[in-house]
Amino acid sequence: MVEIERGILSANDALAARNRDELAAKWQFALNFLSSPGAGKTTLLVETLCRLHGRLPLAVIEGDQQTSNDAERIRAAGSPAIQVNTGKGCHLDAGMVGRALAALDPAEGALVFIENVGNLVCPAGFDLGEAKRVTLVSVTEGEDKPLKYPDAFAGADLVLVTKADLLPHLDFDVARLTANIARVNPRATVLRLSTRDGEGMDAWTDWLLAARKLFLEDLAARAEARAAGLRQTAGIPA
Amino acid sequence: MHEMALCESVLAAIEESARANRFTRVRRVRLEIGSFAGVEVSALRFGFDVVSRGTLCDGAELVVLEPPGKAWCFDCSSTVDLLARIDPCPQCGGHRLQPVSGDQMTIKDLEVE
Repeated sequence: MVEIERGILSANDALAARNRDELAAKWQFALNFLSSPGAGKTTLLVETLCRLHGRLPLAVIEGDQQTSNDAERIRAAGSPAIQVNTGKGCHLDAGMVGRALAALDPAEGALVFIENVGNLVCPAGFDLGEAKRVTLVSVTEGEDKPLKYPDAFAGADLVLVTKADLLPHLDFDVARLTANIARVNPRATVLRLSTRDGEGMDAWTDWLLAARKLFLEDLAARAEARAAGLRQTAGIPA
Repeated sequence: MHEMALCESVLAAIEESARANRFTRVRRVRLEIGSFAGVEVSALRFGFDVVSRGTLCDGAELVVLEPPGKAWCFDCSSTVDLLARIDPCPQCGGHRLQPVSGDQMTIKDLEVE
């Protein structure tokens, strides 16, 4: 009998921890975007990049089974992007993201968007080393998506309800969706937006910049605590 | 989800353990899969059969322990067992529950020769 007591995904988790450390060392704030195919991840990213262009360094990792179409759309919006093709895989894993970060080499302080493979099931299980996780659900999907695919919503820090400009043409009940999200994840923030008419885009970029600021403040506090410890060890008065 | 990828990770961990602990055959593998882990156990069994063929785990028995998840109920202020993430509180029927455990996926132990 051999006791192992080891997480099945411990190899992925170790690589994710390394990504997280490397991102923190360069003050980079990374977000992992999950949704079903066609919820509007790439369109949202292109629109977000246009709004933030010139304000801070940006970089994008695009995950898809095949093609580099999405990375080309992002580059056309003026941001560095790298495409990761997962081949037969249905999700990005921390190893793929680590290699993509090394190749892309985002600038210090960059906002790094990681667009996962469009799939609400598999990507949920794999930590990539991101600071925040964002799940998109479009109003052309069912209000019960969070109940059908709870894992993709349970781990989200933010849920974006996309394509809100279509609501007048649909029977979609946003309140029911929000209640279902709360059932699987009471702590997630929910925002409704449309890249088409711009509804919610300011709230989304405000959330993004505020979350990045908190992340950087936390890094700064840790660095200060470390500096204080170093000074004390060296006998340098504070 | 991705049961095949999980099986590949299980096999890699067992092969690593085989090098460290010097065994060449595995008779039984015990996994613990929490009920919120999103793993379909029948797909996991199928995947394990496929990836273990021709390896030190070929023919090994796969035992999957499935403990219930635990959640904190805000309505009755206690920790309760849950079989599914979206189930209501079994004590008060409330829906305001915060899972506290149940997404673990662990290799517990191996019977080897």
